[in-house]
Amino acid sequence: MPNPLQDVVVIGAGIIGAAIAYELSRYELSITLLEREVEAGFGTSKANSGIIHGGHHTDTETLKGRLEWWGNQLWDPLCEELGFGFARVGELTIALTESDLGSLDHLIDNAEEKDIADVEMWSREQICAAEPQVTRGVIAGVFSPHTAVVNPYEAVFGLVEAAVANAVQFHPNSPVTGLDYSGDTWTVTTPTATLRSRFVINSAGLGAAAIAKIAGVDGFEIRGRKGEEYLLDKRLRHLVRHVIYPCPTPVSKGTLVIPTYDGTIMVGPTAEAVDDLNDTTTTTSGESKVFAEARRLVPSLSERDIIAQFAGTRATIEGDDFMIGPTEAPGFINVAGIQSPGLTAAPAIARYVADILHRNGLEMTDRSHLNRIERPVHFASLTTDAQRDLAAHDRRYRRIVCRCEFVTEGEVCDAIARGATTIDGLKFRTRAGMGRCQGGFCATNCLELLSSELGIKLSDVTKRGPGSWLVLDRPDGTTPGVSAQDPS
Amino acid sequence: MTDHDATTFSYLCIGCPLGCRLEVDEDDHGDIIEIRGSGCRKGDRYAKQEHADPRRNVTTTVAISGGLWPRLPVKTSSEIPKDQVLAACEALRQVRVQAPVKMGDVVVDDLLGTGCSVVATRHMPAIT
Amino acid sequence: MIDDRPHVLHSKYDVVVAGGGPAGLGAAMAARTAGAERVLVVDREAEAGGILLQCIHSGFGLHHLGEELTGPEYAQRILQSALDDGVDVLTNAYLLDIDNDQNLKLLSTDHGLSILDTRATVLAMGARERTRAAIRIPGGRPAGIFTAGAAQRLVNLNGVLPGRRVVILGSGDIGLIMARRLAMEGVEVAGVFELMPHANGLSRNIVQCVHDFDVPLHLSTTVVEIHGRNRIDKVTVAPVDDHLKPILSKAWDVPCDTLLVSVGLIPENELSRELRLRLDPTTSGPIVSSTMETSRDGVFACGNVVHIHDLVDFVSAEAELAGGHAGRFASGIRPPHDNVRLQPGANVAYCVPHTVTTDQPHTVYLRVRKPLEKSMLRLRDSEGAVVHERRLRYVVPAEMVTLKLRPGVLDGFQGDSLLVEVVAR
Repeated sequence: MPNPLQDVVVIGAGIIGAAIAYELSRYELSITLLEREVEAGFGTSKANSGIIHGGHHTDTETLKGRLEWWGNQLWDPLCEELGFGFARVGELTIALTESDLGSLDHLIDNAEEKDIADVEMWSREQICAAEPQVTRGVIAGVFSPHTAVVNPYEAVFGLVEAAVANAVQFHPNSPVTGLDYSGDTWTVTTPTATLRSRFVINSAGLGAAAIAKIAGVDGFEIRGRKGEEYLLDKRLRHLVRHVIYPCPTPVSKGTLVIPTYDGTIMVGPTAEAVDDLNDTTTTTSGESKVFAEARRLVPSLSERDIIAQFAGTRATIEGDDFMIGPTEAPGFINVAGIQSPGLTAAPAIARYVADILHRNGLEMTDRSHLNRIERPVHFASLTTDAQRDLAAHDRRYRRIVCRCEFVTEGEVCDAIARGATTIDGLKFRTRAGMGRCQGGFCATNCLELLSSELGIKLSDVTKRGPGSWLVLDRPDGTTPGVSAQDPS
Repeated sequence: MTDHDATTFSYLCIGCPLGCRLEVDEDDHGDIIEIRGSGCRKGDRYAKQEHADPRRNVTTTVAISGGLWPRLPVKTSSEIPKDQVLAACEALRQVRVQAPVKMGDVVVDDLLGTGCSVVATRHMPAIT
Repeated sequence: MIDDRPHVLHSKYDVVVAGGGPAGLGAAMAARTAGAERVLVVDREAEAGGILLQCIHSGFGLHHLGEELTGPEYAQRILQSALDDGVDVLTNAYLLDIDNDQNLKLLSTDHGLSILDTRATVLAMGARERTRAAIRIPGGRPAGIFTAGAAQRLVNLNGVLPGRRVVILGSGDIGLIMARRLAMEGVEVAGVFELMPHANGLSRNIVQCVHDFDVPLHLSTTVVEIHGRNRIDKVTVAPVDDHLKPILSKAWDVPCDTLLVSVGLIPENELSRELRLRLDPTTSGPIVSSTMETSRDGVFACGNVVHIHDLVDFVSAEAELAGGHAGRFASGIRPPHDNVRLQPGANVAYCVPHTVTTDQPHTVYLRVRKPLEKSMLRLRDSEGAVVHERRLRYVVPAEMVTLKLRPGVLDGFQGDSLLVEVVAR
């Protein structure tokens, strides 16, 4: 039976595709969201720095400059609706030499031009009082209260879950292999489905150029720019309270010191052009560079406190601006080259794309009723009374699965019920395995729970999808069928 | 003292965690002349045994059905010849027992004709 | 494992012990012996016994019990003794917090969230393993990288294998034990790689785990890069120079589908940090007095949560001390305060306990920094004068040195600190 005609197929469930799908789910539309990875957000989004930039780092001449501040302002309602980790911690861009002062003036000018209030020049004394760990060599800085930190993967999961709650079809494990246009309709082929749709949104991130090529849309190239990030031990929590920026260079905002939403300090990213778009390796040179630069801002930072390192690749295009709009192929809309500040701009990009669809003939009627999703429980941050109540009515909230982050079995099972199918999926949803032991203790617990909750063998559980198997059955055939703890 | 015909063999005692470095001097008839370096009588015995006929205890697991875990840890009741250790592991991979099992229960009577039995090293109650 | 009667939780205890491994069970028994009425052990796993339950090899108990047992046997022996002694053991339970009035916040499968009142607490949560990130190996983040202990649990308890061809980084005991364990299960062990010029595990384990199974052991060599996108497919290894810096020009690749990391243990100090105990930066465990009391009154600690032991027997001995004093503390009995601080001197990484008294016998555990063939352990006063000395056989960092200070040794010593050194004779 052929699938019913979709209004929109969104290719790529990173932060951009997820935000678009969620935005469109507010309307009476039939929408399918396709993701080539096993879970949403498993491409560039999961390796994002998690900063909602203040809007004054870009000027108004570029598309990304216009979408950044707009996007910044849309995050509070989004957080309210979806319940992911989000906090407006503010930022300080600090000048270390007289020659940096020009960039600070430029930031103030940008803020004025965009009508961003409360962006202020701070003196050395103000900075030292607010951030005692920042180098004494600081001479001045620009403060913005608008900069926020967010858990980007939580945001993606929340957007997808809420989109699905409002009738969006989500297909993970679905790389697009064919895109054919005939008679006002696109036929979208994946290894497991053939869909028909009026519109196709290409928000495939690093894969956007390849998708455009499949659609027969001409010429752009995605260039990878890798960023390495380093997470530090929890005992350094609150080392800094604002996101600390150096004065920017032409290609990058530089290495930042980031108090993440969970309190863990993160330093990074690097910005290195890479040939292989799938390159997510961390390097000794990257580490040295990050720490050398970060120590200029906060001298007490040390490589010895690293508990995890990771890298993601920004999808950039020629000219370094976002490329959003219709193409010569009718109904095929590119949302490509979404590098920094892509996360910040994502909710604005989603509205911008919705507007493009509307202007290209898509009828958009408000949905009469919007389903809300329930906020995931975060046991460790509940009050003792709330913890007692929860544990009293649900036994799964009585067992700690991850001791570094105090994650309960209940949270892990809830994450699985919401769609986590892999160890990484659990980690990004619950933080199990993100702490200082990096899963040494909880990975086996998570493995056992994925096996028992999903009804699959331990050897069928993966870290992040096909090929990333974790354990093997014993060749003698004595490995139990489904769960180690379940003798049946 | 060592005479000029002696050959010296070095061993590291595995009798206890101290790890004494042992030296065994053998004359040209293959007889042991002297053992040096051991901190206890057990070390002397180990040196003689290791020199003539090295043996090891084997600790591994066998499959178990109906218990909390799918593997039951076991050990040989005494040492078996070192060159039979891998064969013993291979043989034990084919063994499956049924819970409940008590620590000390014999799982295999005579392992590969060594006369050695294999016993459970933990209780594994049946899960109901 | 042994006792399956329904558990009854009281609201008041004399002593509560966090952790049901050999340290916790030992401390609980000692607390009972010292007169504590109600002693509760809380353990996070479904069965008490701790990490010993997955250490199916033998080598436990020779000092403490006079016979050589496997890990599960040792665990069950002490668990049975603890239960026989009237110790209350609660499994699937987790101590979340202790406030200043010794109110404990406990989360357990049996009872949900409970607040308990205790007179004394013993921390015995053991250790966790250092990870790949802690030693900062660059490269990809594929599946197939395990700490040796996690792999041990998967093999010995879950009944699965971590892979087909394994590289082991680090020659700590768990890594060596796993080399043998995997070889026994028919898994190919491509090699054990050790950064230092000497192996880090016990010598006996080099013989019976590495040599016996023809596993290549590469000293002064380390893993410099991890390769593979979804699953690890090879590692790059390189020899290191005298400053432990990899010589990349001499690097080579080792194909493998699994990397086990066995690069040491760190005291499990989540709770210790939460309680704001004073920690020793070298051990990462709490600073303890000669009664194993931490910087917080009535909070004692023992076992790997204080410092990493190489033998469970020493853990048991330390647990007896901590538990005994916790039990006496609960009855209101406190020994006089320590009057001498022990300071690590030449070639000594740390000493535990951190303080002693001059008039009581003490056992001091210490670890050297560098191996020495023939050495001398000396205690010096602040002027540098030798107060006590003892000859040692060869010492290595992997093997803890035990110093028994008999009564009389420090007689007449007037200072308030002693420098402990282990130097060549």
